[in-house]
Amino acid sequence: MCLGVPGKIIKIYDENSIRMSDVDFNGVTMRVCLETTPQAKVGDYVIVHAGFAINLLEENEALETLAMLDEINKLGEEQE
Amino acid sequence: MTFSESYRDPELVTKTIQRIHKVTTQSWVIMEICGGQTHALMQHGFDELLPHAIELVHGPGCPVCVTPLELIDKGIAIAQQPDVIFTSYGDMLRVPGSEKDLFSVRAAGGKVKVVYSPIEALQIARNNPDKQVVFFAIGFETTAPANALSVIKAKELNLHNYSMLVSQVRVPPAIRAILSDPNNRVQGFLAAGHVCSVMGYHEYIPLAQKFHVPMAVTGFEPLDLALGILETVRALEKGTSEVVNAYPRGVIQDGNRSAQDIITQVYESCDQKWRGIGTIPDSGWKLNTGYADFDAENRFDVGKIHTRESEICISGLILQGRKKPFECPAFGTLCTPENPLGATMVSSEGTCAAYYRYHRGKK
Repeated sequence: MCLGVPGKIIKIYDENSIRMSDVDFNGVTMRVCLETTPQAKVGDYVIVHAGFAINLLEENEALETLAMLDEINKLGEEQE
Repeated sequence: MTFSESYRDPELVTKTIQRIHKVTTQSWVIMEICGGQTHALMQHGFDELLPHAIELVHGPGCPVCVTPLELIDKGIAIAQQPDVIFTSYGDMLRVPGSEKDLFSVRAAGGKVKVVYSPIEALQIARNNPDKQVVFFAIGFETTAPANALSVIKAKELNLHNYSMLVSQVRVPPAIRAILSDPNNRVQGFLAAGHVCSVMGYHEYIPLAQKFHVPMAVTGFEPLDLALGILETVRALEKGTSEVVNAYPRGVIQDGNRSAQDIITQVYESCDQKWRGIGTIPDSGWKLNTGYADFDAENRFDVGKIHTRESEICISGLILQGRKKPFECPAFGTLCTPENPLGATMVSSEGTCAAYYRYHRGKK
């Protein structure tokens, strides 16, 4: 339904009174509307769907989830 | 970094799936609502890697699949009018209407344009002041802010030649409808990550409690999917009905308030018809009176629409998770992505298309 692709904001500008940005997706740049994420800054990572940044990607949370999974898996190995 | 690589790490995914095997002691039926997740689960072979005791059923989260036939027929009728440029997300063009699809309107000379975002449709309206530009504003909560923003800007810019044909649906009322069905088999849900990214997940908590079903807010990478399933199975095994956020890098409980403000500025709640399922109370959004001028249904008179569904297609049952695609006699024979009988075979989020693409036949 709603695939969102994470990318990095490399430029923010105003176009016809709409807050727009250039977002880099692993080397491919696309125009993305930032009206729904007014707090986004250059360098932030955003989740993009239908040309809109629907939210910021939380870097700390991403690292925490990975660390937690590592814990779960280590725990699983110890129990074996 | 976007973490996509870490969340695709085969070793971590394998270990997490092994955890699912360890914690599973009995049979469970879990529904992923989102069609994007259905495709991702098939693509990565989850249905074959998970314990046999876990059955994944696929939900109605395919926006082009649930857009009502009447509205598609209306869109086709509007697109055939002179001086209209009809704009739409690409997936919608091949969805069968009663007689034809939007592609065939374009082939016959109608001005049907695929846009990636409603901002493009708005730009087309600015560039073509002598044409009426209509945007087919379909989708779940993820497209709602984008669609809504386009009419806010159209109003600000005094763009009188822009309007939207709206079919805007919401997930929580669909979950309620599924769980209220006396034949329901679903015991746990993967809540769609990006819908929750916009709306948050507070609305799911009372649903989980009322119907005693756990839910995990789940992302889209293989590790996200494995983690969402693991959390759901753990809760099922414990007998709890909690909502766990297994996608915290993309979702907070309250969602994106700025996006929600844009939605509420433009839309109001309405009963909504879902193709193949029927009307679900309060499951949609329509333009409120402040923006009714931008409603293409008010702007264009297309006369009476007489709809006709395929007699063979069982996409309604597929969308409700009550049948699997291979149980349809037309699957892969009369009905293929090249010649789809129903929307579930068309869309990159449709269940039939996923089963066809990843060769899932009868076991």
